[in-house]
Amino acid sequence: MPSTVAWADTTITLAGVKTHLSRAGNGPVLLVLHHDIGTPERLSFYDLLAERFTVLVPHYPGWGRSERPTWMRSVRDLAAIHQWLLAELGAADVSLVGLGFGGWVAAEIASLAPRDFRRLVLAAPMGIKPPEGDILDQAIISYVAYPQAGFHDQENFRRVFGEVSTDQLEAWDIAREMSFRIAWKPYMYSQTLPHLLGGVRARALIVWGDDDKIVPLSAAEAYRRALPDGARLEIVPGCGHFIDMEKPEALARLVADFVTAD
Amino acid sequence: MHLMYFTEQPMSAYDADEGRRYGATALTFSNRHFDPVAGSRLYNQYLEDYIYAEECGADGIMLNEHHNAPFCMQAKTNIFASILAAVTKRVKIVLLGNPLPLAENPIRLAEELAMIDMISKGRLVSGFVRGGGQEQLATGVNPAYNRERFEEAHDLVVKTWTQPGPFRWEGTHYQHRVVNPWAVPLQKPYPRVWIPGVLSKETILWSARHRYPYVALNTTIEATKNIWNIYSQQAREVGYEAGPENFGYLIRVHVQDSEEKALQNARQFMWMQGEFTGLAHPVWANPSGYFSPSGRRGFVEFAVGRAVNPRGAPTFEQQIADTQIIAGTPDTVIERLKTLIEHTRPGIMAFWGNDGKVSAEDTRTCIRLLCQEVMPAIREHGKKLGLNSPFEADAPVSIEYSKDLRQRAAAAE
Repeated sequence: MPSTVAWADTTITLAGVKTHLSRAGNGPVLLVLHHDIGTPERLSFYDLLAERFTVLVPHYPGWGRSERPTWMRSVRDLAAIHQWLLAELGAADVSLVGLGFGGWVAAEIASLAPRDFRRLVLAAPMGIKPPEGDILDQAIISYVAYPQAGFHDQENFRRVFGEVSTDQLEAWDIAREMSFRIAWKPYMYSQTLPHLLGGVRARALIVWGDDDKIVPLSAAEAYRRALPDGARLEIVPGCGHFIDMEKPEALARLVADFVTAD
Repeated sequence: MHLMYFTEQPMSAYDADEGRRYGATALTFSNRHFDPVAGSRLYNQYLEDYIYAEECGADGIMLNEHHNAPFCMQAKTNIFASILAAVTKRVKIVLLGNPLPLAENPIRLAEELAMIDMISKGRLVSGFVRGGGQEQLATGVNPAYNRERFEEAHDLVVKTWTQPGPFRWEGTHYQHRVVNPWAVPLQKPYPRVWIPGVLSKETILWSARHRYPYVALNTTIEATKNIWNIYSQQAREVGYEAGPENFGYLIRVHVQDSEEKALQNARQFMWMQGEFTGLAHPVWANPSGYFSPSGRRGFVEFAVGRAVNPRGAPTFEQQIADTQIIAGTPDTVIERLKTLIEHTRPGIMAFWGNDGKVSAEDTRTCIRLLCQEVMPAIREHGKKLGLNSPFEADAPVSIEYSKDLRQRAAAAE
C-alpha cells in the first residue's frame, strides 16, 4: 500500500558531517535508529509510527545519504552524534527505537544520558556479547546473504528489497565498511555497555523475533540483566532479525502501546 | 638484472577432493586437512630448494606469506628469511613481503628485519605489502583501515631504522611510548624496499612517490605496461625519471629437459582449481573497505555473480598464449623470456618456478635449468637492453635519499 504519510527530508550538519534526516508525523517524538545495513528510504513500519508520533529517521553519518565521518571510531561516537542531533532539534521527552545494530546505538545513547528519555525500545539489539552463540559475521558472507539471513521468510526479503539493484549492493558495501570502521573488534558488541546500562531511568521494552539468525536470543537475557528491573521481553513469532521489515504491524503496535502507556 | 627464484611453497599434500566438496580452498577450509608430517617434509624440502637455487646461481630468493590456505605454507616470511640469512652466503633475501597492516607492533617488525639484515650480513631486501583481503580476515585486522595502517606502519618502521632512539610515536593506528630497539639494520640508510602488487593504482602511485621499485605480480604484458606508465608519470611529477631499476616482474616459468614434461608440470600452476589463491568467496578477497572505492561498483556486481572477475579467470592455454605462464626447455623458455623483457623492460625479475604437486626431483631439475641456463642468458640479454637492477644502477633507497631530483616544474616557474 503506498504511503499517505508526508515525509520531509532535511540535511543537518552534526560534528562537521552533513547528516540526512527524514521526519514525519505529530505527537511524542520517536528517534528511530536503523540497522547496520542502513535503511530503505521509506518503510511501512515508519509510516505506521508516524500516524501517532513525530518520527525521526536519520541516516547514520557514513550510511545512506549521510556523509562519511572518517574520524569516527566507535558506536559510542555514533551515540554522541545523535545526542547532538536531538539538541539541535530541541527535542524533548524523546523515546528511542533501536533496530538491531540501532538497538546498540540506542542503548549507548541511553547509557550516556540516563535521565533523558521517555522510553527505550530495543528490537533485537546488538551491543552485548550473547551468552550463547555469536552475532552473525557479515564479513565472510555476501551482501545479499547477510540481509537474507535477517528474515524468517524470504518472501518478506523480496517484498522489501525486490530484485536487488546495484545501487542497493553498493549501499550495503558502504554500510558494511562503516560497520567495520566502528564495530570490527570486538565484532558488534561493547565489553563495557552491560556495566553502564543500570542507571537508565527510561523503561525499556526488548523485542525479539523467534527466528533471529543474526543476533542470538540469548542476548535478550543479557540486556534484561544489564537494564534496571522491569525491562519487558516480547517475542514476535515467525520473525527474523529485521522485525521492522518482517512484521511491521506487530512491532509498530508494541512500540505504540509501550510508548503511550502510563 | 636481478634474477630471483620464487615458489608459493604449496601445501600440496591435501586431498583436493575435500576442497571441491567444501567449495572453497581458503580462509574457512578446515586445517584438519593439514598433515604436519607432510608439512615437516615440505618445509625442509623447500629450504633445500632455496639453498640449491643459490648454489646454481640465482641472485636472490623471493619469499612471501599467506594465511589459512594450502596454496602457501609460509605463515611468517621472516621465519624463512631468518633461516636463509644463516644458511645461505650470497643471495639477496627478498621479502615480498611483510604485510604491514597485519602488524600490531611495527617496531617488532623493524627489529626482526634488522636482525635478518645483520645475520645475513646485509643481504635483506625488505618489501612490504598490504596483505590480501583474506589475510585481514584470517588475522582479525580491520580491512577498512588497511591502507592507512600500511602507510603509517611503513613510516614508523623507516623512522625506527633511520632515527636514533628513544623517540615516541603517537600515530592514528600505532602509539608507542619508547621506540628504541637495540637492533638496527646493517645496510644504510636502510635495506632496500620493493613493493609487489597486482591491481591497486594507489599502491603504484605510493611506490612511485617513495621511489621504491614496483614488482608487478604476473600481470599481462599490457597491464604491466600500463602500471609502468602510471608509475613513470608519478615519478616525473615528484622529480625523477623512472627506469628499469624501478620495475620488477614476477613470471611463472617452469623448465624441464623436454617440452612435454615442462608443459605437463606447468599445469600445476593451476592446481588450486584455477585460482592461485584457491577457491574463495569474492568478499573474502575484498572485504568492504579494503578495495579502492573507485572499484566498488564493479566489485559488488562481481561479488553477487552479475559481472565477471575484474582480474579475469583465463585458462591454462590462454595464460601460455599470453605469456603469463612460460614452460619448456631452456632454449624455448629463454626465447620467450627475451621477448617478454624486451616488452616490459624490468630490472628485477622473479621466476616462480614450481607449484602444486611437481615432484621434488622435477623441482630441482627446474631450479638447476632456471638458474644455470635460463638466468645467465637473460642476464646477458638484459645487459644488452640496459636493464639495470637497483644494485647495478646504484639507485637511491628511497626518494628521501635521492640527489638527482629535478625541481618540480611548477615550483621552478
